[in-house]
Amino acid sequence: MHQFTIEPMFGSDAWAIGGYNIAFTNSALWMAISVIVLWAFVAGGMKRQLVPGRWQMMVESFTGFIDDMLEANIGTAGRKYVPYIFSLFMFILFANILGLLPLGVIGLHPFTFTSHFTVTGVLAIISFAIVLIVGFAKHGLHFFSLFVPHGTPVPMIPVIFVVELISFMVRPFSLGLRLFVAMMAGHVLLEVLSSFVIGSGNYSAGIFALAGIPSFILMVGICALEILVAGIQAYVFALLTSVYLNDAENLH
Amino acid sequence: MPQISQLAATYASQVFWLLIFFGLTYFVIGRGMVPKVMDTVAMRDKQIADDLSAAEAARKAADEQEEAWRVRENENRAKAQELIAEAKAKAAAETEAKLATAQKGFDAKLETAEARIAEAREKAAAEIETIAAEATQSIVARVAGLTVDDTAARTAVRKELA
Repeated sequence: MHQFTIEPMFGSDAWAIGGYNIAFTNSALWMAISVIVLWAFVAGGMKRQLVPGRWQMMVESFTGFIDDMLEANIGTAGRKYVPYIFSLFMFILFANILGLLPLGVIGLHPFTFTSHFTVTGVLAIISFAIVLIVGFAKHGLHFFSLFVPHGTPVPMIPVIFVVELISFMVRPFSLGLRLFVAMMAGHVLLEVLSSFVIGSGNYSAGIFALAGIPSFILMVGICALEILVAGIQAYVFALLTSVYLNDAENLH
Repeated sequence: MPQISQLAATYASQVFWLLIFFGLTYFVIGRGMVPKVMDTVAMRDKQIADDLSAAEAARKAADEQEEAWRVRENENRAKAQELIAEAKAKAAAETEAKLATAQKGFDAKLETAEARIAEAREKAAAEIETIAAEATQSIVARVAGLTVDDTAARTAVRKELA
């Protein structure tokens, strides 16, 4: 579990604003690294050539991917959310992938800040807040009709309203917890398997052959799976945010 | 689980730095750079669409020109055919006229020639008569010792020749 431990860095333990500690931690460092790598990635695709190079093509395919997703989920009104959804998707994607890098080999400790629900929770709350703001700004109190699906029999309306309201209010939690749990589970699984490899190796050659080697082979497969999960969870987060935004933009 | 055990001590720093760095991502990358990237894509799409429509227009113009050329060509061909027909007709008429005049000349010559022949034949016949009459007179004089006058001899010869 050491990989999830937050440690203040550069002697910033005592930094505080208004009594709240804002130490620059390893978590903050990896957020900074994610932003820098993401900036470098997008900046490399800003040559604005008419005939794009490979890098520009790669960046444009990411923006095009987000644009298409919003267009498919929300329609043309969805284009104005491209900056937000792109930032969200790429920030989570880069955080997930950078956190998977095998930097332990050279003595560094990668930190996956998306495996902390304080982080995923804040991102989920931002998305949820945008949904609420857009919904109420666009539809006013009519936004509450979201909780009464079409064709609901009149006597059922109070019950359905409560059920729909609860499912709506659960969204930020499911959004934040899904990412946190997926990232954390993958890292814990890799850690457990690697402890099998090392522990069995220390115990005896026979046990190593019996448990260590299969665990290692399994780890290789799970590493590949984790790279997939890193992409899928970023996609799911962005997709669900755009689906929720569609509710706010178009109601039902 | 550090996420829970460290929650109280670290949540403020986590939220603070996340807002800073995600804010940076949103404002610098999301709002600053992504629209430019998408503009480039849109510009390219527009350029491609423009090029395609220009090519379409050029094709249409070429088709129109070809059609106009075809019409002109057909007209020219018709005109040429007309000219040829006219020239042919003219040439035929001229040839006919020439032939007619030439025929007339031949006919005239033939007539005169025939007239001359007829005349020559008459003359020759007259001469033959005279010679025959003279010969008859001299024959009669030698053989019978008679003197036959000219008119009698001629009448006799004419009777024999006819």
